[in-house]
Amino acid sequence: MDHKVRIGVVGLGKMGLSHFAMVNAHPQVETIACDGAGFMVDVLGRNLENTIYRDYDTMLDAERLDAVVIATPSRLHAPMTTAALERGLHVFCEKPFCLDWADSERLATLAADKARVAQVGYHYRYVGAFREMKRILDTGALGRITHVLAEAYGPVVLRPKRSTWRSQKSEGGGCLYDYAAHPVNLLNWFFGTPAQASGSVLTPIFSDGIDDQVTATLGWDEGPTAQLSVNWSDESHRKMTTRITMIGTNGRIFADRQECQVYLRAPDPALPGFEAGWTVKYTTELTEDPWFYLRGEEYSAQLADFSGAVAEGQGKAVENDFASAAQTDRTMAMMIENAETGQPVGAPPVTARPTPARKRGWFAWKA
Amino acid sequence: MTMAQMDRLLFGDNQFFGINHMSEEKARAQAMRFQKTDAIMEVLDVAYAEGIRTFMCTTHDRITEVADRVRADPVRYADFRFYPCMPYAHKYANAVTDHGMVGALRHFMPSDGVLSTALTGGRALATKEVDGIAKVLIDMEMKMFHGLQTPVIFVQNVFTDLLLGMGFTRALRIFHDHVVTKYGVEPAFITMNMPMLLEALEKEGIERPIICANINKIGFRMSGGFDAYLDALRSGRVRAVAMSVYASGAIPPDEAIHWISELPGVESIVFGASSAGNIRGTKALVDKYMGAPA
Repeated sequence: MDHKVRIGVVGLGKMGLSHFAMVNAHPQVETIACDGAGFMVDVLGRNLENTIYRDYDTMLDAERLDAVVIATPSRLHAPMTTAALERGLHVFCEKPFCLDWADSERLATLAADKARVAQVGYHYRYVGAFREMKRILDTGALGRITHVLAEAYGPVVLRPKRSTWRSQKSEGGGCLYDYAAHPVNLLNWFFGTPAQASGSVLTPIFSDGIDDQVTATLGWDEGPTAQLSVNWSDESHRKMTTRITMIGTNGRIFADRQECQVYLRAPDPALPGFEAGWTVKYTTELTEDPWFYLRGEEYSAQLADFSGAVAEGQGKAVENDFASAAQTDRTMAMMIENAETGQPVGAPPVTARPTPARKRGWFAWKA
Repeated sequence: MTMAQMDRLLFGDNQFFGINHMSEEKARAQAMRFQKTDAIMEVLDVAYAEGIRTFMCTTHDRITEVADRVRADPVRYADFRFYPCMPYAHKYANAVTDHGMVGALRHFMPSDGVLSTALTGGRALATKEVDGIAKVLIDMEMKMFHGLQTPVIFVQNVFTDLLLGMGFTRALRIFHDHVVTKYGVEPAFITMNMPMLLEALEKEGIERPIICANINKIGFRMSGGFDAYLDALRSGRVRAVAMSVYASGAIPPDEAIHWISELPGVESIVFGASSAGNIRGTKALVDKYMGAPA
């Protein structure tokens, strides 16, 4: 592509403003903005050089765009993404992708048919420590992973609050869609869509009618059991903290935004440089500087991948494609159904028997 | 306004508020240790006794208590100075969630003033009114430092970089002018994108700005590129305050400070530490390689 990539950023709320700033700072991108109305649009309209539209369809009609970045309330993701794809535009959409996972799968197919770069903003897949976790996991050096703990905590709802779209379940509000979506998406990255969701409990604490805490048990065929523990009413955390712990037959791994800690029982040729015992890698050493830093490398990096894939005509997302986000939407739907009916959703995970020990170990006779 | 002579070594505040770029566990341990203002004062007193007179700090609610302590003992803290870094975004984030953007702003404006009325009207704001709101917000952040020395006032990096990315650099100019006019001190900017910011500030007519940014030998979080940073420093167009000089511990202290000391354009280093040993160690290295201010 010889001209600059022309991207329309839709929705100038919490995420949208930050996306707008990062996209706008990119030297190879020309940015147009769009937001319903209000105070911010007035102020920005008077102070920025960019064209700002108040109506999405008007922007799509008037501008010759290559792509859109959608950061509107979640309920609008499906219709806005549909409209963009139908016009042949590439789409970066904020998470959660669609509230109905059937929409997510439909749009994943549509994007693939049209060979569009179609990406969802699950930025944790761009955090150095979680990328390292994925890399190590994929080498198989940890053996068979049996046990996973996926957590997220933070101080979002600490008292009863006024109502916004984020406090309405039907609009995509609540701790499940907003917070739990992140660790669930990481689990999908590591293991795919779970076979079964059980024990899901979505509990309001301060909110009226939506969940402030989420717990669930997820199981994968030939894979681990994961406990999900998420709470956005936890003031002890300065900001959102996401962490994953896994135990496998050859060790243990832990990652959060800052570091990845590995314990290996025995070294593995597939993972050179890691000895038996602990090895710690920090995000600071696992991360490259982006063209523009606003609030963490991962936010810039995901947009760099997106605009790069658009510019180079790759026809698909580098990471976080719609199909992967559809897995997350589907997993969350399983948890909601499980929570509502009290019945496990999906079949009990099929687990191969562990390889019998060649010698009779102490645990064999103990059992 | 007099051109502020900055000290070579400034003391930062990340360690007091549970901010650690390496480990959440360490961050939590620090948050526990510095829960009481006494514990913060103890560390500040060690630094002050070592001749580190400048505390570069966020306008965090808890800094109010530190400011009160310093104000209460003017003899002891005669040379103590603050470099406030604003805004402390969390308090606004909470207010916006609770009251919406306009509601939050109205909440912070004087209740009987024209700005509050303008925000109530639901109409588009005039440019002058936007400037007025910005000035009220700056003054509000500065209240906790009343009667104390604040020779340099910074905009926090997330805010600087958000405005920079959006191209709303006029807001940085409003800040600049208000700090000069009302407080008679040096406006300054923290950023993670120094070369881009420098260019944008110059376009706003701000010459030789004080910019605080990561500057370290391994190029850690120097967005825009290591070489662009060095070019900017050598050009003489910026008065730099270097942060993350140890790159979160990746560079041995002696090597890190020695390297910085040979860079033109770096007037000061800001660092955070919680132990007397680390404070004295850094101070000794800065004295050894950088000496007194030029």
